[in-house]
Parts: sequence; C-alpha cells; structure tokens
Amino acid sequence: MTSARALVGIGSLLVATTVPVTLLGGCTTQGMGTGTATMTQPAPRARTTTGAASYTPVTDQRLVNPEAENWLMYRRTYDGWGYSPLEQINTGNVKNLVPVWSFSTGVAEGHQAPPIVNNGIMFVSTPQNQVLALDAKTGELLWRYKRELPEDLFQLHPTNRGVGLYEDKVYLATLDAHVVALDAKTGKLLWDRTVEDYKKGYYMTLAPLVAKGKVMVGVSGGELGIRGFVQALDARTGQSAWKTFTIPAPGEPGSDTWKGDSWKTGGASVWITGSYDPQLNLTYWGTGNGAQWMGDQRPGDNLYSSSVIALDADTGKLRAFHQYHWNDSWDWDEVSAPILMDVQRGGRTIKSLVHPGRDGYLWVLERRADAIGFVEGKPYVKQTVFTKLDPRTGRPEYDETKKPVTGKKIPFCPSLWGGKDWPPAAYNPKTGYLYIPTNENLCGSLLGTAKPYEAGKLWLGTEIKDIGMVVADGANHIGEIQAWDMNTGQKVWMRTFESHNWGPVLTTGGGLVFAGGTNDRYFRAFDGKTGEPLWQWRTNSGITGVPSSFAVDGTQYVAVQSGWGVDAQRMQGALDDIRGAKTDVPQGGVIWVFGVNQ
Amino acid sequence: MFAGGERSGQVITPGDLLVGKPPLLVYPIDPRSRIVRDGSRLNQILLVRLAPDELDEDTRAGSADGVVGYSGVCTHAGCDVTLWQAETRRFRCPCHESEFDPRDKGRVVGGPAPRRLPRLPVKIADGVIVAEGSFIGRPGFLPG
Ligand code: FES
Repeated sequence: MTSARALVGIGSLLVATTVPVTLLGGCTTQGMGTGTATMTQPAPRARTTTGAASYTPVTDQRLVNPEAENWLMYRRTYDGWGYSPLEQINTGNVKNLVPVWSFSTGVAEGHQAPPIVNNGIMFVSTPQNQVLALDAKTGELLWRYKRELPEDLFQLHPTNRGVGLYEDKVYLATLDAHVVALDAKTGKLLWDRTVEDYKKGYYMTLAPLVAKGKVMVGVSGGELGIRGFVQALDARTGQSAWKTFTIPAPGEPGSDTWKGDSWKTGGASVWITGSYDPQLNLTYWGTGNGAQWMGDQRPGDNLYSSSVIALDADTGKLRAFHQYHWNDSWDWDEVSAPILMDVQRGGRTIKSLVHPGRDGYLWVLERRADAIGFVEGKPYVKQTVFTKLDPRTGRPEYDETKKPVTGKKIPFCPSLWGGKDWPPAAYNPKTGYLYIPTNENLCGSLLGTAKPYEAGKLWLGTEIKDIGMVVADGANHIGEIQAWDMNTGQKVWMRTFESHNWGPVLTTGGGLVFAGGTNDRYFRAFDGKTGEPLWQWRTNSGITGVPSSFAVDGTQYVAVQSGWGVDAQRMQGALDDIRGAKTDVPQGGVIWVFGVNQ
Repeated sequence: MFAGGERSGQVITPGDLLVGKPPLLVYPIDPRSRIVRDGSRLNQILLVRLAPDELDEDTRAGSADGVVGYSGVCTHAGCDVTLWQAETRRFRCPCHESEFDPRDKGRVVGGPAPRRLPRLPVKIADGVIVAEGSFIGRPGFLPG
C-alpha cells in the first residue's frame, strides 16, 4: 500500500436520462448538460470531474439559522428536529412526486446518511467511507473521495451516517476511527487525524457535530469493550481541542458506579450525532449500553451508559446528565441524541429534551444550564422490564425476572433492538407532532456467559446463538410510525407495516412525513396531521437512509439514499429464522432525488 | 499456535483437532525463524478436522487426515469467523451471519459474504500441522 487513502477522480457521470420533467417552481430538467438528450437518444459521454465552480462557506450563523432551502447537517438543525420548513411540496401535490435524478453509489451495505445540501451542492457519504459531491439539481458528480480502509479492519456496522460542514470544508468520521477534512470544492484531503486505534475495537459511523470551530465526534465499539468518549477537533487544523470520556476514571464523579477495572472496558459508546443548544452552549449526546452486555458482570449503575450527557461545546466539560436506565443488561443503547423542543405541561413551557428510547419509553426531560430534570416517561411499545419510575428522578425499578444475567435465559420486551433503534424521530413545529419510527410485537431473550475481555474482539457477554427473538402471538405487524402530541403527551395516530421498520423520518413545512424503512423497498409520504398515506415510490433497495429536503433555484426536492443492510438486514435474518422464510432484499446504494411534476 | 482463549500462545498439534469438535482459530509460526506471524488479523487460520470422505476432491487434496485450513477472516466485512454449526459442519460469522462450507472449498452457503473463505492447504509433518503454500484467494474483504 503506497498511500493510506486515495482520492479518486472518476471519469464518468450519470448518463441515463429521464423524460424531461417540468417541475413546480418553473425549472425544466433535460437529462444532463447539453439539454439535447431524450429518451430515445441517450447522450453517453465521459468527463473528468472538475469540482464545484463556487461554494458558499458554512458559518456558525448559518448553522444556527440555516436558510430554508438548505440542509447543512445530519438533522438539518442543531435541535435535531429533522424538519425542513419548505412547503412547495405539500399534502395537496405530493401525489405528483417523481424522481428527477438518481445516482448509483457503487457500494453495498447500509446507506444511512442524509443528502446534505449547501446552496445547490449535495454531499453524501456511503458505506466504505466514500463521499460524493453532486450538483443537487442535475445529479452531476462534482467529486468523489474514497477512503482506502485498512485491510485488517472488520466492520460490524458497515455504514456511515453523514458528513459535517464548516467554512469551506467537509468532515467525515471514518470506520478506522479517523476524522478527515476535505476541500468542499474539490474533495482534496486537507487533514487526517487519528482519533483512536481501530485495532482496539474503536470505529466511527456518526456524522460529526460541527459548532463554533469544532468538529465533535464520538466512538463506536460497545460490542468490543471500548471506553466511550466524545472528542472535539479544531475545524481548521484537526488538532484535538478536548476529549471527554463517557465513563469516569477512578476518583472522578460517578466512578463509584463501577467496580474494579470494569470502567476500562465499560462501553457507553457514542455513535449518533449530538444535538446542540447554542443559548446554553451545551451539546447533548446519547450514550450506548455498558459493555459487555450482562449487568451482573459489572455491578453498579454504570454512569454514563444509556444516558444523555450535556457537554460544554467550548471545553467538553460535563455539565449535566440523565441516565435513562441503570446497569443496562438488554443491549439498549440510548445513542439517539434528544430532540430539543418546547413542551407544555401544567400551563408551563418546558425547554425540554425529548427522547424515544431504545428501552421502549418516551422520555421528556427539562434542560437547564447545569442540570437535566425529569418530566415524564411512558412506554410507547410493549415494555415488560420497568415496574415503575421514581416520580421525581425518573429512575426505573426493574422486574428482576426480566433482567438478563449470566447463566440463565431471560426473556424481555422490547427486543434488544428496542422500540426504536438509531433511526431518528422527527418533530414538526406546524403540526406540533413528534414522529417516531418504531418496531412493536418483538421481544427478545438473552443468556449471559462470562468470557475474558480481549482487545479488539467481540465481547458481548452472550453467545450469538443465545440471542433470542420472538414475535408476539397474533401480531399483524411489526413496523410502525407513531405520531405524538408532546403537549398532551398522547399518541395521535399510527401507521403500521407488516415488515419491520428501520426508516429515519423527515417532516416538512408542507405538512408531510417522509420515511422508508420497510423491506418492500418503498419510500412513502404521509399526511402529518392524520397519518393518511399520500404517496409511495418503489426504489432499488430498502431505505434506512435519513431523508432530507432542499431547494435549488426556487424548486423544492426531497432526497434519500436507498441501500439496505446492517441491522435492518440482521433483524430480517432473525425474523426469517423464526418464520422459516428467506427474504431477499436487494443491496446496492442509490441516491434518489424527487420533485413534483407540474 | 492458538489465537486467543485459554491456551493462547500454545502450539497446536494434530491431537488438538478431533472429528466432531469445533474448529480452532490459530496463527502460523514461521518454521525457520520461529516467529509467530500474528502481526495482522488477516493471518488467522481456522483449522478443523472432518471425516475425509465428506470432503470434495480439491478440499481433500489440500487436507491432512481430514484436517482442513481456511482463512479465519470473513470475506464479507472482515470479522473473525468464530462460530461453528456442528450439525451442518459450517463455519458461521458472528457479524452478519455468513456461512461457509469447509467440506467444499469454503463455499458461501448463507449470508452476505460475496466469495469463498480462502483455503489454506495443509499437511502434517513430524507431528505438526504445516501450511503448504499460501491462501487460495485473498483473505478478508475486498474494499469496494
Ligand atoms: S463480516 Fe462476516 S458476515 Fe459480515
């Protein structure tokens, strides 16, 4: 290997043409480039990618207050809403939504990243740590970066969840636990920093959180006995600015929740982008479960596993935390960052943190400068473990017969994938509803085994064969989208799917909810008020990508990656085993961009 | 020698492998220098003893008293292939459930792996299991 990574200048671009589509907003797309291509006369040609002609730098101001037409980060805004205010595509015309262009990523596995758009330039990351820069309107490839991953790397989660943008740079957190900065115009590698040693089981799949000149990332590896942390790098140079472990070392506050050396390999990974409150200057990160999985092998509450932690954006100092559930024994990572929103309770507006947990509870917390207060927690799927919550602190009490232990098979609901795994929920300020992608009617069981830790090796505390899953008797569905009115704390509508659902949710100013997530390959739109299905399109593969919406030259688009893999596929395998079936969901990633036909 | 587990570091003998017993995940030792080649995970080898009459012709030709050798690194996404399905005599990868048939040149019989598990022909010399040449095929995943 002469170089550790390669920049690939690809000499081809999308050549398939589409029927000219006149889009709402007045623009006409005519295949590629010259405008002479028609269906019968494709215009194949090869061209060296030349990069972007111009680029609008991303400032703090723009990140805090993005233009309606842009999608500059993982969930578009720091509050984690997954909401685009654009309303040109709406409940009235979404039935006319058609593909405008598509692009094959050339790789298989789970395509989970949102198409991120800055003034007409789209950045998409894919599995194998590839970044594509495309003209968001035409689908023309501007540049491609492809990291050459180490040959001895193993990828338990072959995926990536998106890039971060700042000034004129694009940031990618890699599977071999590096952060790289690319030139947004050319894709040229500007710097490359090692965050941790991948050989010890550290890897990264999350989109970086960028704020105030810092690129913040967290590490995966909870299945390999890592000690989790969040690290901030200087956005210009890549130099480390701060690093905060999610597990305290002996002597630090919270260290008494671990016994012996268990803190060194205790997990509490961070693999989903944090949210950020610029007023409080606090970043909020969800943390993974403790490692290995069996709580009885690491007695104590195990702070800050399965928690939300508030870190000062400037210093990384831990200002506050809330542990959703203590001494996790179910593999219930609580890595999804909380959604920052106002919630009415008892005539009071609460600046809250809302989190549909993997543990099956919908949590409402209050965020303050130096504390996180408990407001409410209630199950949104069948949950057999918590017997009650402390009304003041929210700390759950457990039915001990439902808590996995070493040497005994223990059943519990929901399954280890939880009521909702990583796919993000979305909040729409117009409807006032929170939309949660859930899996119901699945319970699990675990039989714990004690095995010594070996660096860089799977360390689950159970044998794979002892991970059980059952479908509830008489279940007519597994996947759901639930809509909740957080001001009343009530569920207002629900759509169900026979298939399991791993679809991240987008909601828009046009009153719509977009999601895929099912094994039938559909991408769908629903009426955000009623849940009525309004549109669907069958794509190449199953969709576990985060959808986004943007506008170029006054025309709104909706974009998503279709590319099935990782845990959606794993859950499919488990369901197939139960049913003696074999479901073939095709793999291979494609970026889809849709617009409304006039 | 054993790669990991209780006997990590000990040298394997043919007696460590019995028909019906699960495979061993091992690292090779350079016969001349005695250096253990454990610098890369890609050198991990799966050894298992099967009934010789179960093996297909090519596999049998590269086996010794039923002992066959394969790369211990999954061709899908590079995980250690640590599971053994005794009834079907298949290697199984814990990461995404790919399955390989050690009786038939490491053929993929389930899961997302795109190609066979590379085979390592072995022989037994002076009571030691010795690799004959190198892996047939490239161990690990092929970057896309
Ligand atoms: S790495 Fe083996 S099946 Fe994926």
